[in-house]
Amino acid sequence: MSYDVVIIGSGPAGMAAAIDCDKYGLSTIILDEQPMLGGQIYRNIEYVTSGRLKILGADYEHGIILADKLRKSQVEYRGNVSVWNVTRNGEVSFVINRGGRSGEKSQSINGRFVVIATGAMERPFPIKGWTLPGVMGAGAGQILLKSSGLIPNLPTVLIGEGPLLYLLAYQYMKAGYKPAALVSTTRFSDYFKAIYNMPKAMLSWRDFLKGLKLLSSIYIHGIKVYSGATCLELNGSDFLEEVSFKHKGSYKKISASLALLHQGVIPNTQITMSENLPHKWNENQICWEPITDEWGRLPESNLYVAGDGRGIVGAQASETQGKLAALSIANQLKNIDDFIVKSKQLKQTLSKQKRIRPFIDRIYRPKDEFRIPKGDDVIVCRCEEVTAGQIREYVDLGCIGPNQTKAFGRCGMGLCQGRFCSLTVTEIIAEKRNVTPTEVGHYRIRAPIKPVLLGDLANTDELTE
Amino acid sequence: MRLNQVFKFYESKDDEFVTVYFEGKELRVPSGISVASALLANGIYFFRASSVNGSKRSPYCMMGVCFECLLEIDGVPALQGCMIGVRNGMIIKRQIGNMNVKKLDIETY
Repeated sequence: MSYDVVIIGSGPAGMAAAIDCDKYGLSTIILDEQPMLGGQIYRNIEYVTSGRLKILGADYEHGIILADKLRKSQVEYRGNVSVWNVTRNGEVSFVINRGGRSGEKSQSINGRFVVIATGAMERPFPIKGWTLPGVMGAGAGQILLKSSGLIPNLPTVLIGEGPLLYLLAYQYMKAGYKPAALVSTTRFSDYFKAIYNMPKAMLSWRDFLKGLKLLSSIYIHGIKVYSGATCLELNGSDFLEEVSFKHKGSYKKISASLALLHQGVIPNTQITMSENLPHKWNENQICWEPITDEWGRLPESNLYVAGDGRGIVGAQASETQGKLAALSIANQLKNIDDFIVKSKQLKQTLSKQKRIRPFIDRIYRPKDEFRIPKGDDVIVCRCEEVTAGQIREYVDLGCIGPNQTKAFGRCGMGLCQGRFCSLTVTEIIAEKRNVTPTEVGHYRIRAPIKPVLLGDLANTDELTE
Repeated sequence: MRLNQVFKFYESKDDEFVTVYFEGKELRVPSGISVASALLANGIYFFRASSVNGSKRSPYCMMGVCFECLLEIDGVPALQGCMIGVRNGMIIKRQIGNMNVKKLDIETY
C-alpha cells in the first residue's frame, strides 16, 4: 500500500497536517497508537461527555473542530496500531495492538512523505520513591480524567511546576475534588529571572491571563500551596504513604495516597532518533530535539516532524506546524501557486503562538536537583532499576556516555527502551564528567521502537527492500 | 490484595458495563475505557512486579511510554494495560517479573 502522506499520531499536529494534506488533494493516512482521534491533549475528544467537556474547558473543546474536519475529509484513519519502524525514504511498519488476542501480522505501507507527529511525553522526575505505586505523572492524572472521567478519591498532592500542573488542579476542583496540597518547586527568584522574557510574553496576553486565572483559582479555593520546595521524597513501603520536602527552611510531611508529578514535557524523539537523524540539545528546554528545516523536514529524508516532537511549543503552535508540513509536502508533490505567501502567513502565526514559550521555559525551568538526583539511591532507569549512584560509578570506571551504561549495567535496556531514563542518564554523566550534554550524547534508539512479537514480524505481509 | 480506592468516577456512569476478571476477582467496569483505567477505578494499583527487585509498580504515564502498567491479558504476557480497552470476559493478571518465554504456548503465536 502506498500513500502520498503517512501521518503518525493524531494530536493537533497530526490532525492539522492530515486535514490540509487532504485539502491539497493528497492521499493521506493517519496511523495512531490510540484507538481514537485526539492524541493526548484532545484525548477522547469525540466521545467525551458534555459534563466533562465543561471541566476540561475551551482549549480542549477546540479539538472537536479538528476532529470534525478530519472526519469530513477523505483521510483514512487507523487507530490502535503501533508503529515500530520508519525509514527515511518513507516506509512505515506497524502492528495492530493485540489487546491480548493473537495473530496479527506486521504490515508496511509507503508514504511519499511521512509526518511524524508523535508529540511529547512527561519529563522524568527522578526523586526518591518515584517508582512507588500511587505516584504518577500529572499528565497521567489528566488522561484518566479525559478518557475515563476519573478523579482522585483519597488525599492527593500535586508536585512540581508548569502549566499542566495548575491546569490539572483547576480541572480537579471544577470536578469537585480539592487536592490536599500543591508542592511547587518554583522559587520566588524564578519570577525575577523571567522578567527579561516578560515583554514578549505580554504580547500573548490572552495566554498570560489564562495562566493567571489558573493560579488565582488555586489560591482562591484555598489549596495549600508550598512554594520553592526542595529535598522532595516520596515515602511508603509498598505504596505511597507520605510526601516529604523542605519548605522555608523546615522539613514538612504530608500524608497522601496519590502524588502527581510534573515538571514539564519533552519531545518524544523515539522515531526520529531510531533513523539516526541528527538531534540537538536545547538548553532552554533541557531536552533533545530533531534538527529540521523551517517546515519541519528532517535532513536528507522524506520525513517531516510537526508538533511537540519537534520541540515543545504547545497545542496551538503544533497545529500550525502540522499545516506547515502539509504545505511544504503539497508544494513538492503539486506545486502550490501561492506557496511563498502561505508559508509566510503560517510562519508568522507560528511565531506569534510561540511568543510566550521562552517566558514559560524560564519561569518553570525544572530544577537541577529534580533532573540530576543528588541521592545515590534514587532510581533513574525504572525498568532495570539502575540508580543515580550506579551511573556515577560507571563514569568512575570509564563510562563516557549513555550507550555504554547499557553494557555496564543494563541501564536503558528495559521495556521502555530508554524513554524514561534517557535525559536523566545524559545529564548525570554530563555533570559527573563536567562536560555538556551535547558531548555526552543520547541513547542510540533502534527499531523496533515498540515491542513486537517475533511471530508478528515473521508474518510480515510483504518484504520490501 | 490491598484495595485502595485512589480514584473514583466523578460523574454517574450510565454507560454499558462489561465484566473482567483480575486475578480471579470479578470486576464490573464501564466499556470504552482502558484496562489500566478500569483497574485503577477499582482500587487496584499494584499492576506488575519489577523484573530485577520484584518491587510493586503502578501505571505512571497512561499513554504507552513508561511500560509500568504491564499485565498478562488473556494469556498474553507483558501487555500495556493503558493501551488496551476492556472487553467482556477478559482475564487479567499481574505481570510478575519478565515474561516467561518458555511458558508461552507456541500455537497462540
